Amino acid sequence: MKIKDYAPIVGNFVIDDLKLLAEKLKGKSIQHVNSTAVGGGVAEILNRMVPLLADLGVENSWDVIKGGEKFFEVTKKFHNALHGKDEGLTRKDLDVFLETGRSNEESMDMRGDIVFIHDPQPITLINRKKGNKWLWRCHVDVSAPDPYLWKFLDGFISKYDSSIFSAPAFSRKLSIRQFLIAPSIDPLSDKNKELPAEEVSRVLEKYNVPRDKPLITQISRFDRLKDPVGVIEAYKLVKKNFDCRLILAGGTASDDPEGIKVLDEVRERAQGDEDILILLLPHNDIEINALQTASDIILQKSLKEGFGLTISEALWKSKAVVASNVGGIPLQIKHGYTGSLCNSVEGAAYSIKKLLSNPGYAAELGKNGREHVKQNFLLTRHLRDYMMVFLSLYHPEDIVCL
Amino acid sequence: MAKKINTIEPFHFYTRMILPELTGVKAADLKEMLSVLKQIEPAAIYHHTHRFIQQHQYLVTEPPNDFAYWITEALGEYKLGEKLNSISTIDFSTIQSLREEIVKVMETYIKENPHSLSRHASPGEEFHFVKSVSFIFPTKHRARDLHEFAEVLKKITINSIYFHMFEARLRLEKGNNDFSFWIDTALKDKATAGRISGLDPYTYTLEDLRKIIIRMIEEGKVPKK
Repeated sequence: MKIKDYAPIVGNFVIDDLKLLAEKLKGKSIQHVNSTAVGGGVAEILNRMVPLLADLGVENSWDVIKGGEKFFEVTKKFHNALHGKDEGLTRKDLDVFLETGRSNEESMDMRGDIVFIHDPQPITLINRKKGNKWLWRCHVDVSAPDPYLWKFLDGFISKYDSSIFSAPAFSRKLSIRQFLIAPSIDPLSDKNKELPAEEVSRVLEKYNVPRDKPLITQISRFDRLKDPVGVIEAYKLVKKNFDCRLILAGGTASDDPEGIKVLDEVRERAQGDEDILILLLPHNDIEINALQTASDIILQKSLKEGFGLTISEALWKSKAVVASNVGGIPLQIKHGYTGSLCNSVEGAAYSIKKLLSNPGYAAELGKNGREHVKQNFLLTRHLRDYMMVFLSLYHPEDIVCL
Repeated sequence: MAKKINTIEPFHFYTRMILPELTGVKAADLKEMLSVLKQIEPAAIYHHTHRFIQQHQYLVTEPPNDFAYWITEALGEYKLGEKLNSISTIDFSTIQSLREEIVKVMETYIKENPHSLSRHASPGEEFHFVKSVSFIFPTKHRARDLHEFAEVLKKITINSIYFHMFEARLRLEKGNNDFSFWIDTALKDKATAGRISGLDPYTYTLEDLRKIIIRMIEEGKVPKK
């Protein structure tokens, strides 16, 4: 993709703004570092962002740290502990982490004028800081982390020049500057591009989804925190008054015992109702896109959520969305303007009924939602914000005249 | 034949982009919010009274400020929320004076309704103070007369109109919007300058604001909404 490919979607003004910023970064090189080249949200975003920054004329490159099985077992524990889960971290775990860190510090070429570290895995590379600028991007919610781990990580974080968080509630008070940059969706990706009607129909036929009733859909892995059982309860309340169909679609959970248990509970709750379709999807962005596109209402009734980019994906398709008031969801949905927020099964059911009985209102929310995503949650806004953070490393003031 | 020299200082259009910076400060009730409001950086007051205009510029003309929204939604103090929402930002020429008004409205309300101090936001619904870092850039666009000015307005980024109408007046404390100032001082057209400065830009979406200023210039009068 080239940056000009986004102009028909976001407008030339936005592309011109990006070019203005890129011009001011001439002569600076950016070096991204993360822990994996494929899989996961960070790699996904870097795969798109690095070539687009280059296309804008910003010199940038991407390095991946090396680590063994033990290292990644520890960083998996870190991830859970940062979310507040007690992982029983030990000094030995920290030593494994530090040892891999040291090995990467010795072998990697830290050449960037700005070194942009993503998440905790490569955080110790800050020990290589010399005269250049260092930026730490935290993609997880660290509002209530394991204090033992946080104290350990803070020893590294405080050496960085600035940090970036996805939502105000995900951050903590730090001794360095913290910028607020929401993640984004790529409107040209398979998951979000506009699909031809035949493609949508093909996917519906593949999964035997008739289109004779309004479709209410939640696409999420079968995980308690996504509350699929709550979704069925809300649907059953709606079904008393409205003939509709529910799709619960998510990835297969063969390697996740807890996921299999949740799926069993979901199947049990759905038993006897032919209008509840439980779809086990392979990882296929086009199919997810098609199911979202075909739906009348998209649900995300999570009990806990990260930023919840599935909301932006649905809003971008002009869908009426009913979602829980948790995590980053309220940043994407302003209740009554760009969608409906709920706090309970009953609240979700009420909002669904309101939308089904007022298609004009549902369409208005969907239209506003798409515009809201266009203004605030597309990749181009993400690029703009990153470039501003790069510039802020050389400008500590609140009003920067360039 | 002597060449005609245009001595009017042209208007240079600037644009700006905003980067939100977290302050790490939060409030869970009115007492905490009031305490923070009195001493937080001006850039945070600016952020929370102008963010909605930028993020929801396409949506509504009503300019709810973040303080009012949170007090209504998280604390359930609807009356105070409405009072804060009713503060007319255009009446203030500095962020400090706007801050003092917000504090005054809150203090008066708390005095009359002391029970309001007992309301607390649920965990996770605290108010997080964020400030705006502005990056200001010159654009290639200039105008030497009203015709050129209107033509640029038709094509320039909405961020430029936002900068000259909102940010220059309040955040840079120029007292007036840049458009009116230039039309008055460089073009000596007090009538048009007055019409534009008489607008309350907070009651329009940014695209509507663009249209109405163009019409004011082209039609020479205040158009009906």
